[in-house]
Amino acid sequence: MMEIINEYVFSVFFVETLLNGLLYGGVLALLSLGLNLIFGVIDVVWICYAELVMLGMYTIYFMHVRYGIPLIPSSVICVMMVALLGYVLHRIIIAHVLGKAPINQLLATGGVLFFLQSIATLMFGVEFLSLGVSLGSFQLTEDIYVSKSQFVAFVVAAAAVAGMYFFLSRSYMGAAIRAISQDREIMILMGVDANRLYGITSAIGGGLAGLAACLLALQFDVHPFVGISFGPIVFMVCVMGGLGNLVGGFIAAFVFAELIAIGGYFADLEWGTVLAFCVFVITMFIRPEGLFARKS
Amino acid sequence: MTRLPLMLLGLAGLIAVPFIGVPPYWLHIMIIILIWSFAYTGWSVMGRFGLVSLGHGAFMGIGAYGTALLWNHAGLTPWVGIPVSMLLAGGFALLIGYPCFKYKIVGHYFALVTLALSVIVGQVIVATRKHTGGSLGYTPEPHGGEGFSIYAFQFPEKTHFYLIALAAWVVGLIIWRMVDKSMSRYALEAISEDEDASAAVGVQVTREKLKITMLSAVMTAFAGAMYCQYQLFVSPDTVAGVGISLQIVFAVVAGGIYTQFGPTVGAIITIILAEVLRINIGELEGLLGFRPFGLDNTIYGIMLVLFIIFLPRGVLGSIQARMKGGAKA
Repeated sequence: MMEIINEYVFSVFFVETLLNGLLYGGVLALLSLGLNLIFGVIDVVWICYAELVMLGMYTIYFMHVRYGIPLIPSSVICVMMVALLGYVLHRIIIAHVLGKAPINQLLATGGVLFFLQSIATLMFGVEFLSLGVSLGSFQLTEDIYVSKSQFVAFVVAAAAVAGMYFFLSRSYMGAAIRAISQDREIMILMGVDANRLYGITSAIGGGLAGLAACLLALQFDVHPFVGISFGPIVFMVCVMGGLGNLVGGFIAAFVFAELIAIGGYFADLEWGTVLAFCVFVITMFIRPEGLFARKS
Repeated sequence: MTRLPLMLLGLAGLIAVPFIGVPPYWLHIMIIILIWSFAYTGWSVMGRFGLVSLGHGAFMGIGAYGTALLWNHAGLTPWVGIPVSMLLAGGFALLIGYPCFKYKIVGHYFALVTLALSVIVGQVIVATRKHTGGSLGYTPEPHGGEGFSIYAFQFPEKTHFYLIALAAWVVGLIIWRMVDKSMSRYALEAISEDEDASAAVGVQVTREKLKITMLSAVMTAFAGAMYCQYQLFVSPDTVAGVGISLQIVFAVVAGGIYTQFGPTVGAIITIILAEVLRINIGELEGLLGFRPFGLDNTIYGIMLVLFIIFLPRGVLGSIQARMKGGAKA
């Protein structure tokens, strides 16, 4: 037993696995932040959230590879595009189902998921497109290398999460957004234009999806079904942290990423996902309001 | 009961279909529609009470893969393998349902927990690729010379399978009706309105929900097994996983959750739409200038959003509601 532990756990590969999990957790945290914000404020789950990310990845691919725009301006365009998309999504669809049963909201955004996935197939085909950018890697210690694109993704994601935290806690608009998520009815009575706030929140949520798209495009190929490969993981992260609870979602992202990484280290990557989802289901039974729910 | 003779006449007509020279292609489409209708009906027996499960892809996968694996690896005839797989799916429904209902996981949360089940089953099938073929798919081995084998539940002749699928579909509708007429229906409707209040007046909430969930899971697993035995090929994309779970829910919503034939109408709409577009893809290419892969799902997605906003009862549900309204006026 000890030998196995020595061989597997105190090995440089295991440290690398943990590190990869940590870096992946950063991107997951960014993804869950946008979804959580929208849920917390508008009380709607965007099942199609990962598909917005997918469209963002296509945007940056076309800007950078087809039109030759440098990476940074492409990223800015990508963030703005997806932010606009988030706003439009809210205005033309979500606004109409706001008062309906939660199930109908879920299904309406599910319809958008189908639509976006297939429109991407229709317009861009099913082949895997790569940004073709390699940032290389740097040496952390004697035998541990870290991929730069993963590292950049982690740093930008962490900065964005911190930025969102300050925006929500310090700015006037942030205060308004927090207030409406705490009490929907009273804020409207006090003369707040809820629709405007919802629109802005949707745009911010979309912008965060766009940012995540830029970071993911550095690491993964884009294809119409890329959304469905990480979408469910993002939902589970949000639910595990408590839907609408930004800090909980942030911590849950790292728990989830590490579970996938560790499962993948001892067996296949699929088993890592299975492990993470099983832990999720068990967590739900023990703490239905999420791991980090405040006692009310 | 003036409707009964009409229904029997319709059923007689459907039984006659393979014997009046319907081309094999149309027979194939009808079999596919019947099998999926059965699966959708299976989902709707619980879905109509607000129990929106995104985990039915998992139950379907268990039914299909369970039957095929037991046949190939253990030599167990599907006549035993199908019931065993159905029991297995029921067991999974119990395993996931009991804690869900006991700890009052409802609405969004129930949908997402069941979605996790879809992911788990889909990934396990891919991860155990040594036994299940992974994402490349899996084929139940043939038995006997001609391919026809009652023992192996393999019927290359479309007529045979059409009659089997038709019988299953009718049984599915009868089950739906029985649930509709049962006391459980009132209990479950009360639960979906207000869980605490119905518990207070003596409804056994956990038990009623569990019963309907297990029934639904077992039905869906049977649909998976039938699909497997008919196509003699299954893959995670066609019978298991997240995509199938979503497809099941959305087809039922399109047809109508709250009516007996709603799921069937949903199956007809979605399958015919996909087939028409698939066949005419060449002409559409000439028209549009590119090959419109994914056009069916594009239209389907738009339809779905419009349905939810404007026709939340689905196509058939809305027509029936209008007819009732018209009769009153």
